[in-house]
Amino acid sequence: MQACLFYLFAALTLLCGVLVIANPFTRNPVTSAMFLVLTIVSLAGLFVLLHAFFLAAVQILVYAGAVMVLFLFVIMLLDLKEEERRKIKAGAGVLGLAAAGGIALLMIAVIRQSNAGVGLKPASAEGSTLDLGKRLFTDYALPFELISLVLLVAMIGTVLLSKKDLK
Amino acid sequence: MDPSKSQLMQYVPVLMLAVVAVLFSAGTLAASSLLGKRARRSAVKDTAYECGMLPVGEGNTRLSIKFYLVAMLFILFDIEVVFLYPWAVNFKGMIREQPGLIFGSMAGFMVVLFIGYIYALKKGAFDWKQ
Amino acid sequence: MSGLDQIFVWIGHRAAGWFPASVQPLVSAVLAIAGVMAVFGTCFALTTLAERKVLGRMQNRFGPNRVGPYGLLQPLADAVKMLTKEDIVPFSADKTLHFLAPLVLTVPVWLAFAVLPFGRNMSAINLDAGILFFFAVGSASELAVFMAGWSSQNKYSLVGAMRAIAQMISYEVPLVLSVVPVLMLAGSLELNDIVAAQGTYTFGGLARWNVFTPWGLAGLILFLIAATAESNRSPFDLPEGESEIIAGFLTEYSGFKYALFFLGEYLGLFAVTGLAVTLFLGGWHAPFQWLEWVPSWFWFAAKFGALIFLFIWVRATLPRLRLDQLLNFSWRFLVPLSLINLLVAAAWYWTGAWKFPVVAPIRWLLCAALIALPYHWLGRALRGAMPPPRKYIYAE
Repeated sequence: MQACLFYLFAALTLLCGVLVIANPFTRNPVTSAMFLVLTIVSLAGLFVLLHAFFLAAVQILVYAGAVMVLFLFVIMLLDLKEEERRKIKAGAGVLGLAAAGGIALLMIAVIRQSNAGVGLKPASAEGSTLDLGKRLFTDYALPFELISLVLLVAMIGTVLLSKKDLK
Repeated sequence: MDPSKSQLMQYVPVLMLAVVAVLFSAGTLAASSLLGKRARRSAVKDTAYECGMLPVGEGNTRLSIKFYLVAMLFILFDIEVVFLYPWAVNFKGMIREQPGLIFGSMAGFMVVLFIGYIYALKKGAFDWKQ
Repeated sequence: MSGLDQIFVWIGHRAAGWFPASVQPLVSAVLAIAGVMAVFGTCFALTTLAERKVLGRMQNRFGPNRVGPYGLLQPLADAVKMLTKEDIVPFSADKTLHFLAPLVLTVPVWLAFAVLPFGRNMSAINLDAGILFFFAVGSASELAVFMAGWSSQNKYSLVGAMRAIAQMISYEVPLVLSVVPVLMLAGSLELNDIVAAQGTYTFGGLARWNVFTPWGLAGLILFLIAATAESNRSPFDLPEGESEIIAGFLTEYSGFKYALFFLGEYLGLFAVTGLAVTLFLGGWHAPFQWLEWVPSWFWFAAKFGALIFLFIWVRATLPRLRLDQLLNFSWRFLVPLSLINLLVAAAWYWTGAWKFPVVAPIRWLLCAALIALPYHWLGRALRGAMPPPRKYIYAE
C-alpha cells in the first residue's frame, strides 16, 4: 500500500515536473503553472508518506497557495500571445542544457556523498511539529533569523522593480 | 501497531474523502450534462459575454504590477505564519525555561519582516487611487 | 455522559460491527465521511433558503414562499433547475481548465470538514497538524478562482478573478494570524486538544471559552472579518460586484458548474465557521456547567447556526467596499492588530501566574487595554491613509 502510493506520487511528481518545462501540446505559461501545482501537491503526498506531516501542509500552504499566486500574477503581467509566438534561440538552448547538466551533476555528486538513508530514524509520531519548533528556535535560531533577511531582500527587490509604476 | 504507522493511517480517510468528493462533483456534472437542455449552438451564443457588446481585443488583458506587490507581501507574511505555528505550539513549554530565546527569536524575525512591510507601505503599495 | 450525546458514535460503531474486524476502521471512516457529506450537503440547501428568507424579512418582504410549505422545497426546485440548464462554454475558452475549476473549488473544501470536531468523540479524522491541514486545503480556492477567471477568456472574468485573488490573499494573513494566540495557549495544532483546553468551568459554572478573554474576543472578531472576506461574502463581495463586472469570475459559467461554485463557496463558509466555533467558542462544550446534560453535537450546531445567522445579518446590513478600501483595511489595520493580539495573549498567559485577590477583573482590563489602544491608533492611522469622504452637493 505504502510502496504503491510512493510510486504513484513519485511518478506524478516527475511526469508533471517534465510537463511544466516541456509540454509538447502547448507553450502556454498558465498550463505550465497548473502542472507545477500538481507537482507541488504530489510532492506533499511524498512528504506525508515520509511522516513529515507539518512539512506536507506547509508545502501546500506556501507553494501551492502563496508562491503559485505570485507566479500567476507575474504571468498576468506578461503578454501571453507574444510568449507563445517566441522562438527558442539556439544559443539559449545550449546554455540552458549546459546549466541543467551542471545542476544534475552537482545533485548526483551530493547524493553520492551523503549516503542517504543511513542512520535516519522515522520522525517521532507524537508532536512532530512540537519537536520541529523546539529545534528551530534553539539549535537553528541563527539560520531562522537569516531567513527574515532573505525575505526582506525579496520585498525590497519587488518594490524597487515596480517603483516606476508606483511613484 | 506502532504509533507512527497509525499517524499515516489517518491520512487514508483523507484520500478516501478526496475520492468521494471528486466522484460526487464529477457525478453531478455528468448528471447535469445528461439532463441538461441541449439547444443549437451558434457563433453569437458562444462568444464571451461582455454585456451584449462584441468583445474587443483579447480575453486576457495585462494587469497592474500592484497585484504583484500584494502577492509578495502575502508571501512575506505567509512564511512568517509558517514559522509562527511551531513557535506558538512551543510557547508554553519554552517560556519557563528559555523566555529570552523564545521571545527574542520571534521578535527579531518579526522586526526584520516589519521593516519590509513598512518600506512597502511607505512606497505606496496600497495607494490604488490614481 | 448521556446516551443521546454519543448516539451518532454508537450508530457508527454498530454499523461498523457488521463488517469483519480487518476492515472496520475503513468502514467507520467511510461512515463518518458519508455522515459529514450528508449533513453539510443538507446544510447547504437549508442555508441558501434561510439566507433568502432572512434577507427578505430584513428587507421587509417575504422571501421564497411558493414551493412547498413556507418555501421549504425551494432548494430542491433550484437544484432541479440547475441540473436541467444548458451548459454553455464560450468557444474561446480553455475547455479543460474551464471544466476543472469548479471541481478544484469543491473537492478540497470537503477535505476541510474532516478535521473539525462536531461533538464529543465526533471528528472524522484526528490529525496532528489539523489546523495547518485545514488552511492548506483552503488555499486551493485561490487557484480555482484563477482557473475560472483565466480560462473563460473574458475580460470581466479575469478582472473579477484577479480582484478575488488579491482579496483572498490579503485576508488570509489576518485569518491565519488570528488563530496563533489560540495555539499559544493550547499548545497544540490538533483541534481536539484545542477544544479540550476550553473544556473547564470557572466562576461557578461559566465555561472557559477563548472568546471570554480579551485576546479571544479580539481574535474571534478578526477571524470572522477575515472569514467573511475569504468566502467572498458581502460586504467583501466585490469579486462578484454585479454592477461593475457582471458576475466576476462566474460570468461564463452556467448550469451545474455554476451551482458547484456556489456549493464550494457555501461549504467554505461552513468550514471556516466550524473552525471559529472550535477555536474561539469552545467547540462542542456547553456554555454553563449545569447545561452539560444537553448533547455536545447540539451545542456545536447551535453555535454554528448562530454564526451563520450573523453572516447573513452582516450581508443585509453593510454596503460593498471599494478595492482600495478593502486592501488598506486588511494590510494597515487587520494584520498589525492580529500581530499585537499575539502580545496580548502572551501578557494574558504571564498575568495568569499573579497571586493576589480580585486579580481576574484587573487582568482582564489590563489585557483589554493592550488591544483596545492599538485598535484606536490603527483606526485613526487608517482613516488618515484613506481619501476623505465624498462631499455631496444637493440641488436646491
